[in-house]
Amino acid sequence: MALGEIPEVLLAQEVRKRYTKDGPWAVDGINLVLRRGEVVSIVGPNGAGKSTLIQMMLGLLVPDSGSIRIFGTDMATGRRKVAHRINYASTDLSLPYSLTVRENLMAYALIYNMSNIRERIEKVLVALNLEPFRDVRVGRLSTGQVARMGIAKALINDPELLFLDEPTATLDPEVSAQLRGTLQGMVRDRNMTLLYTSHNMREVERFSDRLYLMNRGRLVAEGTVPALMTRFDTEDLEALFLQMVQRERESDE
Amino acid sequence: MNSSRPPVPLLAWRPMAGILFRQIVLYRRSVPRWMEIFYWPLLDLLVWGFLTLYLKKIPSFMPSAVTSLLGALLLWDLLYRAQQGISVMFLEEIWSKNLIHLLIAPITPFHVVGGAVLSSIVKVLLSSSVAAFLAYLLFSFRIFSLGLHLFFFILALLMMGWALGILTTAVILRFGQEAEVLAWGVIFLFQPFSAVFNPVSVLPQVAADISRAVPASYVFEGMRSVLVHGRLPVGDLMMAFLLDFLYAAVALFVYSRVITRARQKGFHLKLGS
Repeated sequence: MALGEIPEVLLAQEVRKRYTKDGPWAVDGINLVLRRGEVVSIVGPNGAGKSTLIQMMLGLLVPDSGSIRIFGTDMATGRRKVAHRINYASTDLSLPYSLTVRENLMAYALIYNMSNIRERIEKVLVALNLEPFRDVRVGRLSTGQVARMGIAKALINDPELLFLDEPTATLDPEVSAQLRGTLQGMVRDRNMTLLYTSHNMREVERFSDRLYLMNRGRLVAEGTVPALMTRFDTEDLEALFLQMVQRERESDE
Repeated sequence: MNSSRPPVPLLAWRPMAGILFRQIVLYRRSVPRWMEIFYWPLLDLLVWGFLTLYLKKIPSFMPSAVTSLLGALLLWDLLYRAQQGISVMFLEEIWSKNLIHLLIAPITPFHVVGGAVLSSIVKVLLSSSVAAFLAYLLFSFRIFSLGLHLFFFILALLMMGWALGILTTAVILRFGQEAEVLAWGVIFLFQPFSAVFNPVSVLPQVAADISRAVPASYVFEGMRSVLVHGRLPVGDLMMAFLLDFLYAAVALFVYSRVITRARQKGFHLKLGS
């Protein structure tokens, strides 16, 4: 199937956002599309606007102009119609430490109005290798286990579109690789779409079908990893990233 | 894949049950939280109970007026717990960096309020039952001597407490954790005008005028009327409910406005960070 024929899951058009009336644009005219079954990364330096963009995609913020449509629904006005089909995990977020892994998942399965809750929890625990910790309080898990717990929560509603904000930032290379494998399996088997941010360029290289490079609120490049490396004449994504930031800095000067 | 699954209905019970479930587990495991429910009501009860024992020995005091102090204390504590139950639950979500998880879930802010109200009912029931039992055991005060009226008094106070809890939550959401002290303090702004331990008639004119806009003042006046004179001023109770609905409408309006504004300005995203 040609890329254009694959159904769009998310479509962002001319999205702009700033936090104060005369302040700089945190997101400045972004156009972006995600298709079913893709793993897409957004990379950029700190302050590039990635978090603001994702927060608008989740409906936590409304754009000042432009629109973000997920499954055809405008997130600024119809978030609740599609929120049960998406989920999100970030290393910045946590879950109540005094609840066990299973209790946290139970609470969110209820909040997402899931049925067959026990079965769903077991599936998620198995997928994230968390079965041995099901009755351990989140506060007693290691940092890596907490990160996996966050992703387990994000999978509890069997999402079709999953946003992961630096999910492997606190994981060692082995656990990161395991997690990537799990997520790749879900994308492949269930045609899930994954939007991913990371500062780990090697990981992005290995994991993404496509990526968007963002800087100062704007998209500066988009494409598959090999296509971008050819276009920017670099050997790896890290060099491309540094080159892009350098170019932007020089153009400002 | 679950694309065939419909959106979460507006009146779905599971999301509220999920919020309640988390609160129950949190409280089940935490001694400090149990203290919050039982410690302060117990201390208040002892202090005021001993005072009533003393006042009963003074011949010029009417015994029924003295015992009404204990009734006032029990009902005041219920109002306080109702307000705090909502506000503190919201703060717990902030402290555990969990608020964003709730805000992206397929639920409305009113599911969250519904869950908070349910958990507040559980806490109030626990706290008030123990306090009422101890009031009977230690001071022979029977709150159930208020009869069926007690149900309406409790309902009117719960509604006021929830409205203030929602309003406090909105203020914390808007102004951040600097405003969290309101979760414990806001109810005391209303105490002088709630006629908790004294009739409205002894208040200075300005304070009496303000108290007419406070639902709790009608409840406490009604309670004293039942305990001392054996009759309930029904009109006053109706007024309490009317004001409760007004408070609830204002609180929900402010809350939904703050949520809308938060989605424009993003101030909710900084909470807890």
